[in-house]
Amino acid sequence: MGLSRRDFLKVSATGGLLAASALSPVPVLAREPRERLPEAVGILYDATVCIGCKACMAACKEYNNLPPDHSTPDSIWDNPLDLSAKTYNIVKLYTNGTGQFKDQETNGYSFIRRFCMHCVDPACVSACPVSAMTKDHDTGAVVYNKDACIGCRYCQVACPYNIPKFQWDQAFPQIKKCQLCSHRLAQGNYPACCEFCPNGASIFGNVQDLLKEAKRRLALTPGQTATYPLHRVDSQDRRERLVTPYQNYIYGKTDGGGTQVLILSGVPYEKLGLPTLPGESTAATSETLMHSLYKGMIAPYVVLGGLFYIVYKNTTKQDLP
Amino acid sequence: MQDKDLERLPEHFGMVSRRDFLKVCAVVTASLGLPMAAAVKIAEAVASPQRPPVIWLSGQECTGCTETLLRATHPTVESLILDLISLDYHETLSAAAGYQVEEAKRKSIEANRGKFILVVEGAIPTKDGGVYCMIGGKPMLDLVRETAPLAAAIIGIGSCASWGGIPSAAPNPTGAVGAQEALGDKFKVINIPGCPPNPYNFLSTVLYLLTFKKVPDLDAQGRPRFAYRRLIHEGCERRAHFDAGRFALEFGDEGHRRGWCLYKLGCKGPETFNNCPALLFGDVGARSWPVGTGCPCFGCSEKGVGFTAPIVAQASLERFTPAGMPYKTGEGQRVGGGALRLTPPASYPPITPPEGHGPSAATVGLAAGLAGAALGAGAVAAMKIGRQEGKTDDKAGED
Repeated sequence: MGLSRRDFLKVSATGGLLAASALSPVPVLAREPRERLPEAVGILYDATVCIGCKACMAACKEYNNLPPDHSTPDSIWDNPLDLSAKTYNIVKLYTNGTGQFKDQETNGYSFIRRFCMHCVDPACVSACPVSAMTKDHDTGAVVYNKDACIGCRYCQVACPYNIPKFQWDQAFPQIKKCQLCSHRLAQGNYPACCEFCPNGASIFGNVQDLLKEAKRRLALTPGQTATYPLHRVDSQDRRERLVTPYQNYIYGKTDGGGTQVLILSGVPYEKLGLPTLPGESTAATSETLMHSLYKGMIAPYVVLGGLFYIVYKNTTKQDLP
Repeated sequence: MQDKDLERLPEHFGMVSRRDFLKVCAVVTASLGLPMAAAVKIAEAVASPQRPPVIWLSGQECTGCTETLLRATHPTVESLILDLISLDYHETLSAAAGYQVEEAKRKSIEANRGKFILVVEGAIPTKDGGVYCMIGGKPMLDLVRETAPLAAAIIGIGSCASWGGIPSAAPNPTGAVGAQEALGDKFKVINIPGCPPNPYNFLSTVLYLLTFKKVPDLDAQGRPRFAYRRLIHEGCERRAHFDAGRFALEFGDEGHRRGWCLYKLGCKGPETFNNCPALLFGDVGARSWPVGTGCPCFGCSEKGVGFTAPIVAQASLERFTPAGMPYKTGEGQRVGGGALRLTPPASYPPITPPEGHGPSAATVGLAAGLAGAALGAGAVAAMKIGRQEGKTDDKAGED
């Protein structure tokens, strides 16, 4: 090969300069965090109101055509232990000590409903290489397109809440998760879990209204009666109930870049299995990192040049054809 | 019980056949939640000639509790009740009246001092010295207070006697209270609330007293746990509709006609402790209880619910009793829940799902052994290859 060391260095330096000059000299910017869509809808789940009746689980299975999920050998009840490809929504129980008092951290218990949080800036959507996971432009629901999916399961790894589930037992598996009953939203209905919640623990509505409602509840005085809407935040079907103490925090307002599902509880959120997340979404963090690394392909070219140089230096005459 | 004793039963109980008698004993045993062998014990206790007398005092009441006992449709059950419990004084049922019956009561109380069962039916007015309910010229309050110390056991039948019932509803002009409140803490009243209560809850309590000579296990409100341990909501035949969110929204709508949950019509099942869905009423078969007929439970037996909460008000759903109230037997052995096979398995999954335990020691050993063998074989093979290559090279050199 006739390429001398001098020539190689010349070529690589010119290439680098060309690449650098072709791109804007502006320093790398972090990816802008996504804002809540104005028309975004979501669910407010209030664990202090939840009575653990599992009506939401039954309704979810019915309206999403999901099979029962068994965790006991006799397979009599639908009793999943965690979210799965057969279960989009689950009511879990936190207990401590004697487990007597509802919504108390010590010697108490609390229910917690787990399902897709419908992030404002979803990591699964960011991680999906084929846009099988998308965020609806109007409702903001994180939905899945089985025809685009290649089954890489990046979404499973990316999700900070461990929500997307893979059909391990299927020949042509899909990712299964709550899609905010998008099929029902399209018909003018709202999610089945909220429609069938008898106690108003889960209410559906515009996220801005839900945030207002959550703030209203946090401002209530424990021990006094207050009105709580049932099914929908703007519902006329309302109930009086005694206010029990809340954790002074709305989970999902900013957590992980914010979610369209908001949670209120009397027990610290980390005890309920809700991860402590930074205010910036993991999608924003990883995309910033990625975009910085690949900005204008400079860093990759430099690395490639380095690799070329190493290879060139170690190439002897015998190796060449 | 000896067979010959059983043969004597028809004579002993007048109109009651031996078969009917044993049937009633079996029903009572079942509602007490006792093993069937206890039915024989109960039959023995009932057949014994020393049946303690019952003094039945009626206060502010509608006689509904008496009626419920009489209207039970088991064959000749009214005769059974009268014979089972030797009713010495009852204002509604006594053939005698006036001074004659008051005299009979006085005699019976004196003759059976410390042995008779005192049944209180109806609330007791306390305002203005209790003048709002006078019997034989005496206020009900005084009658109860002077009879109670002489009784072996005190039973308050019906919601009125248990906690005040209708007469105590706001504004409670007569200051009506239940028997326990009227008597104070010195006495323990066994409460059988309900409007009316199920006759078998009363009968079972009486027969338990006769048979075992002790008070059945009571809850904090003095109610026998065998009957009042569970919420109506827990045993309700429409519970599955509640869990699935299928509610009747108004009387006569599609949901109501299809037998869906009545919660949204104001059913108080979720806050009322009673065994109505299990025992039913009137011995006429399935669905013969309020919710079964499509009428929301109004919580007649529960203080603060029945006659207090508005009929249409939705019940509080804050109670958490998937396995019933804790229930301890005399031996400290827990009954209910799993024993009754009513608790679903693993009612609620924990926050962190259980994970499979790691590989066992044997598996690890086996895997390590196999890996070691493979490594050894690989090393030996590599050495052989090296040797062969060496030989080949030598040969090549020779060539």
